[in-house]
Amino acid sequence: MQRIGVFVCHCGTNIAATVDVRAVAEALQHEPGVVISTEYQYMCSEAGQNLIKDAIRDHALTGIVICSCSPRMHEATFRKTAAAAGLNPYMVEIANIREQVSWIHKDIPAATEKAIVLGRAAIAKVHLNAPLKAGESPVVKRALVIGGGIAGIQTALDIADAGFEVDIVEKEPTIGGKMTQLDKTFPTLDCAACILTPKMVDCAQHEKINIYSYSEVSEVKGFVGNFRVTIKKKARYVDELKCTGCGLCTEKCPQKKVPNAFNLGLDNRRAVYIPFAQAVPKVATIDADYCTMLKTGKCGVCAKVCTAGAIDYQQKDTFVEREYGAIVVATGFNPIKLDAYEEYAYSQSKDVITSLELERLMNAAGPNGGTLLRPSDKTHPHTIVFVQCVGSRCDDSKGKSYCSKICCMYTAKHAMLIREKYPDTEVYVFYIDVRTPGKNFDEFYRRAVEEYGVHYIKGMVGKVLPEPDGTLTVRASDLLSNEQLRIKADLVVLAAAIEPDKSARPLATMLTASMDTNDFFTEAHPKLRPVESPTAGIFLSGACQGPKDIPETVSQAGAAAAKVIGLLAKDKLTCNPCVAKSDELLCNGCSSCEKVCPYGAITYVDKEFRGPNRTTLLRRVASVNEAVCQGCGACTVACPSGAMDLKGFTNSQIMAEVDAICK
Amino acid sequence: MQEIMKKKALTLLADGTVTRVLGWKRGDFVYDITPAVFETAEEVETAFVYNAFCGSNLSKYLVKESRKEGKTLVFLKPCDSYSLAQLLKEHRVNREKVYVVGIECYGKADVEKIRDKKGASIIRSVREENGMLSVRGLVDADASIPLYEVLLEKCESCKSKKHPIYDELLGDEGEVVEDCNRFDLVARLEAMTPDERYEFWRGELSRCIRCNACRNVCPACTCEKCIFDNDVSGVAQKAAADSFEENMFHIIRAFHVVGRCTDCGECSRVCPQHIPLHLLNRKFIKDINELYGEYQAGADPDTRPPLVNYTLSDAEPSIVHTRGGKDNG
Repeated sequence: MQRIGVFVCHCGTNIAATVDVRAVAEALQHEPGVVISTEYQYMCSEAGQNLIKDAIRDHALTGIVICSCSPRMHEATFRKTAAAAGLNPYMVEIANIREQVSWIHKDIPAATEKAIVLGRAAIAKVHLNAPLKAGESPVVKRALVIGGGIAGIQTALDIADAGFEVDIVEKEPTIGGKMTQLDKTFPTLDCAACILTPKMVDCAQHEKINIYSYSEVSEVKGFVGNFRVTIKKKARYVDELKCTGCGLCTEKCPQKKVPNAFNLGLDNRRAVYIPFAQAVPKVATIDADYCTMLKTGKCGVCAKVCTAGAIDYQQKDTFVEREYGAIVVATGFNPIKLDAYEEYAYSQSKDVITSLELERLMNAAGPNGGTLLRPSDKTHPHTIVFVQCVGSRCDDSKGKSYCSKICCMYTAKHAMLIREKYPDTEVYVFYIDVRTPGKNFDEFYRRAVEEYGVHYIKGMVGKVLPEPDGTLTVRASDLLSNEQLRIKADLVVLAAAIEPDKSARPLATMLTASMDTNDFFTEAHPKLRPVESPTAGIFLSGACQGPKDIPETVSQAGAAAAKVIGLLAKDKLTCNPCVAKSDELLCNGCSSCEKVCPYGAITYVDKEFRGPNRTTLLRRVASVNEAVCQGCGACTVACPSGAMDLKGFTNSQIMAEVDAICK
Repeated sequence: MQEIMKKKALTLLADGTVTRVLGWKRGDFVYDITPAVFETAEEVETAFVYNAFCGSNLSKYLVKESRKEGKTLVFLKPCDSYSLAQLLKEHRVNREKVYVVGIECYGKADVEKIRDKKGASIIRSVREENGMLSVRGLVDADASIPLYEVLLEKCESCKSKKHPIYDELLGDEGEVVEDCNRFDLVARLEAMTPDERYEFWRGELSRCIRCNACRNVCPACTCEKCIFDNDVSGVAQKAAADSFEENMFHIIRAFHVVGRCTDCGECSRVCPQHIPLHLLNRKFIKDINELYGEYQAGADPDTRPPLVNYTLSDAEPSIVHTRGGKDNG
């Protein structure tokens, strides 16, 4: 029989206001095996922990039950307390009477009764607990960064500067991400390329950084410290090692009618292309959807002009398997599709554009060489209307309920740049509110209004009507003066909401990392662990976790890197001792557990057993690799004969808890 | 057919391909056929039987037989070879130790139905020819009954006449039966209200005498130690609190074989209380088909059973609860 101590925490008034803690302690006193049951104001405080330690020594306790907050909060704390008093840390059970009782109930008698029942279940479990010892697993000292935008680049550089190897996997032919498509950046108006491209070059030249461009993660196995990742290198039909990036092929390719994705389809490129001049790696890629040679087998111009002999039409997708200790997700964002916003005539008029398209139109490397011209007739627009919150802060069924956070600032930037360069242009901005919480952000917006004379109008645009003369009639309401407006505009710019990249959802599944309903990755704790996923060894960087501007992305990227460095600096990680165990006498060797194991922790061995009449019998039985097993328990459910059990959460322990609750 | 099979067995024994033969022998009565292992030519000559009453599935015996020295020859009907294929998938039978002869099958006879047809209880002999059974009774007149009128329940909704696995075939290779209607009864149970269905199963399961025949015959029940025999499992030797708890035996068993049951129908065939146990398993098979796509346990050696596999298009538990969500992923 165990000698059990029960410690009921008030958590200030968090628990004590709704649960009669003294009644709980008294009721649990009478449970079998309980030798001491007491309550205290803050069990996690030093005094509270000392109370537990003294009780363990004075009453020679063999197991303790803490009735307190969630084990996610303080299980580790109380395990340390137990260990300090000489008790095996796995002889500690937590009954969660805060999140599961006091915070969700109002009625004191009902809450008290439930707290007693949960305490009783924990006591029933402790009776069957066994001391467990944690093993260790080594850490692979290399990190994987998925996504090569500014978030991924900054994280990779910071990790590499600390002396650890980093691989970047980028699905596009070049790293750089969305920032490469931007013209100027707020609130300082410095050019995006000027501050980004040096970082891209740093990545390429860093001896600790290895870039897999035009590649995707196709499979993830393993666990923190020991991930095994399969990377699919998509066929680019150009030998990366031979290509010098001279660009001759991109000039000679006869297929000229390929929409240029880098310029968002505002102009055309060839079937073989380098996305932009500063691409890293500067290697050509053949677009298989448009290449005549790949489609019909006739052409081959690029191969003929390539002096390096880098063109390879036979290239196939290849797969690389690499090991990593930590994985950083930096998959970024995209503007939403505007199909649901027909009132703004985006699909009807070429002169209704998104803000990202405006960035390209204003960029010196863009389709018009930096001169702002209307896409339809290449004339200067004289009246420009900006529409804010297109798809942001709206009904879930149509767009996104969240604020995309960056649009207020970049629209102020656009308005200001246009007024600066083309002072004869009238600029209107329609907004719900202007949100400028950031260093020097409000000053920036005030400048747009006060110094540059941008017309900010509080109100939403109801409709944009393309007129036969090529102009656009914008119908809107001014909520402050309470009047209906009609503006004859030459160009309408929509601040489309941003959403996580589509590759994030399947990636989250591979990583077993959790996401919210908008497909943004969730943090381990929204305030205290903002750059870690709840899945150990997975870290979050940039807009994959939520809308962010560049300064915020870069700071989060650095924070994620710091967490990765902290992990990789360790030689060994303490394993979770609550792992699966196979009872070989019961095991049929049927492989059900092996098939459901997400970590590949189960293998089979042929073992000799004693058969009847002094014979020996060779049987196939399951064997668990304790360093690899993460204790998820899937195998214990799949096992038809009940041979698999989970240490610390055995079937009998769980049944004992259920019985105690149902008593 | 019996003579052809005997000849095959004798040849394989004589040339040393196999050291024993797994087949059927006569019991006390002509319809009372039991599985048997024959180790010599003489035993085969005298005792080997194959007739309309060889309904029993021999595949499960291979778990034990394939652990012995030498190869075992086994005669399997199509439904039996599905069971063997599933056992091989679960590594329960050593394929190298087994020589499989697949035999064609047009269904096996249910002696109770013959008795009902004939209206007499004592049967002396039954001969099968071209789908007709000539039945000779002890006192009353002989009768000729078409086999299809007296088929075993499991044969009435035969799912396949094709062998998923064999080394050699005797007779014609059959086809998977496309319109076997085996889920009709399940659909009828599904249409009941929960209360009606509960009463139906209470009525059926209350007849159970816990003879364990269903478990012992089931080719999916091959655990080294069954949880019902394992004292620490919490369900063995447990005094039932009420009759419903007693009935849980069948529910637990159905859960244990889910995704592995090939629907051979042996559980219902051997039940002395005539409980339609196969309906529990068929309900699971029907659910798996509807929720995760068509799946036949034992049909092939490679596909992963849906319940121990995960795909992105799997039904979410919440959708399972409300039904009809298989396309939502």
